[in-house]
Amino acid sequence: MTDLLRLATAGSVDDGKSTLVGRLLYDTKSVLADQLEAVQRASVDRGLSTPDLSLLVDGLRSEREQGITIDVAYRYFATPRRSYVLADTPGHVQYTRNTVTGASTAQLAILLVDARKGVIEQTRRHAAVLAMLGVPQLVLAVNKIDLIDYDENRFGLIAKEFLAHANALGYPESSVVSVPVSALVGDNVVDRSERTPWYTGPTLLEHLETVPVQPDPHDVPFRFPVQYVIRPRTPEYPDYRGYAGQVAAGVVRPGDEIIVLPAGLRSTVVRIDTADGELSEAGAGQSVTLLLDNDLDISRGDLIAGAEQYPAVSDELNATVCWLAEKPLLPNARVLIKHGTRTVPAIVTELADRFDEQRLSTVDTPDSLQLNEIGRVLIRTAEPLPVDEYTSSRRTGSFLVIDPNDGATLAAGLIGAPLPIPDVNEDTGLGGATADDRALVSPGP
Amino acid sequence: MTSTLPQAQDNLTALESEAIHIFREVAGEFDRPVVLFSGGKDSTVLVHLALKAFWPAPVPFTLLHVDTGHNFEEVISFRDDLIAKHGLRLEVAHVQDWIDDGRLTERPDGTRNPLQTVPLLDSITAHKFDAVFGGGRRDEERARAKERIFSLRNAFGQWEPKRQRPELWNLYNGRHRPGEHVRVFPLSNWTELDIWRYIDRENIELPSIYYSHERDVYLRDGMWLTEGPWGGPKPGETVQRKVIRYRTVGDGSCTGAVESEAADLAAVIAEVSASRLTERGATRADDRLSEAAMEDRKREGYF
Repeated sequence: MTDLLRLATAGSVDDGKSTLVGRLLYDTKSVLADQLEAVQRASVDRGLSTPDLSLLVDGLRSEREQGITIDVAYRYFATPRRSYVLADTPGHVQYTRNTVTGASTAQLAILLVDARKGVIEQTRRHAAVLAMLGVPQLVLAVNKIDLIDYDENRFGLIAKEFLAHANALGYPESSVVSVPVSALVGDNVVDRSERTPWYTGPTLLEHLETVPVQPDPHDVPFRFPVQYVIRPRTPEYPDYRGYAGQVAAGVVRPGDEIIVLPAGLRSTVVRIDTADGELSEAGAGQSVTLLLDNDLDISRGDLIAGAEQYPAVSDELNATVCWLAEKPLLPNARVLIKHGTRTVPAIVTELADRFDEQRLSTVDTPDSLQLNEIGRVLIRTAEPLPVDEYTSSRRTGSFLVIDPNDGATLAAGLIGAPLPIPDVNEDTGLGGATADDRALVSPGP
Repeated sequence: MTSTLPQAQDNLTALESEAIHIFREVAGEFDRPVVLFSGGKDSTVLVHLALKAFWPAPVPFTLLHVDTGHNFEEVISFRDDLIAKHGLRLEVAHVQDWIDDGRLTERPDGTRNPLQTVPLLDSITAHKFDAVFGGGRRDEERARAKERIFSLRNAFGQWEPKRQRPELWNLYNGRHRPGEHVRVFPLSNWTELDIWRYIDRENIELPSIYYSHERDVYLRDGMWLTEGPWGGPKPGETVQRKVIRYRTVGDGSCTGAVESEAADLAAVIAEVSASRLTERGATRADDRLSEAAMEDRKREGYF
């Protein structure tokens, strides 16, 4: 029985992300002969002497023309221990948008840096975005290690600088690993390199295979957005009424007392149904159907929560948004908020501050939020929503901001999530970091 | 830092839960969803998941088969049996009807796979379908790797890869304007091997042509094709008796068989695990037309 690890890549243009992903696929034998043959043919067409592994992943016509990655692509590979879904994100200027898209479901992120450049501003920005999105595990892949002659000291300094930054963002030491790699040559990606005898840690793949990514679901309160009411009205099941959904957090068992929000009705779970039979418990990620002991008026959009610890119901959201649309966010914008299975009209009443990605600091009461900008806002919703803090529940603490006119997704929203506060980083003399980089980020209101 | 990610589940159970969640989202948010069904392994798994998602209630969608007329007999009888067994509703759009009344013209090479796009889009318009489930998987092809789970199509059914909506957490945005529709891919994160392992785990019945059997075939462009109404063998192509099976099921004119002794599920899984060719590279001529063949067809409205 293998489990599933969802991961994302991040890093700036030309750090070699596509090559690293290509290498990971190639060295895990996830590339088949006809795909490789196509890459070899395309590489020869481009006048290259060795196959360009990045061509394995850059799938769109314009990506191959320009030699860059335009949109997030999803890749699949497997080892006997785990199956992997990898969101391969572009490092292009639209970094925030793509990093947010790729990382929102990731349990682990691989950040690439060029060993010659070390930790640069964009590395810090990406790490800040990953921390904000609550990606639990970080790997720093110090790529192109061959181009600095497998220099142990330099790798050590980069790793140390990154760890300090990650610690400041809230990552404990145990959740950050740095690996010296050469995606081009294949050092320490899947196979251990003989050219880094000083490196005693795992190869990138060894780490992916063994990293613990499953939190204890019993630690967190139960959350269940009602997706769909199952009422067969068939001769066989004339009175069946089940509430279908995917457990967003925690665990539920028959006999558990629950509360239905926003109405505040209370009931007890009598049965957990699936097409394969009843379950004695269901945990986060499982799609099930709950049957309750009394007939309540419950429909799509309601949230079933544990009766002991349930979220506050409010029509005022204090949230962080990552603005993902070309058209800017202006105060008093009328939008739709999709939270769980409920979509409600809303007004963004206030732009409290904006995260300045260049300075890694915040600007108070900005006039607008532009594409890729992150800021804190106040939102008033037409109907009250049961809201958790994003930091305590990734699934019920997140929402989409949708354009009511054309339905476009405008922003990713995180309820109550404070902007990460990088601590003062020690000057490692590696360059890349400017005085502005080290400026503190104020936490906002 | 705390997080609430899916608890430890094996790979197939996690993929199944995700697909069921997607089915229920569509049922909750759209007025007229439809499931594209060809009788192939992916769409059969899709129907199996739909049955599970709404159990014990019936599947609240129609099924649609865009029928090229170049079918394997075994697949059509399998299709009809499956519909009858589960009390499903099926619409069939016959490509032949479009050819007969002049809306489509037969291609010189005889393949009808690319001709499916117009009947598909016409059917979506005629029935006012607003969500169209497909069995597409991102591992199939590089252009599909870029596809969202909820993929907005404009009034012409076109995919615009540079203008895709960001897809965040498991909050799928199905909003669309009148005339637009959303293609939905619940199997996005499955690989070919996942599909086969799931078929094994769930004991899902498939058309017999997926398993090794003897058949009269002829060789064209390195693929073993079956005789049929799609034309062939041409002069110079000789029919031979071979032990083969099909890895994908599509239009008979461009779907090739592979030589195989894999007569049951265990043997098929072993064969797919060891294969050095992708299913499309091995058996689908339509993807070989150019380096971006799939992307170009998707832009036109194909799946």
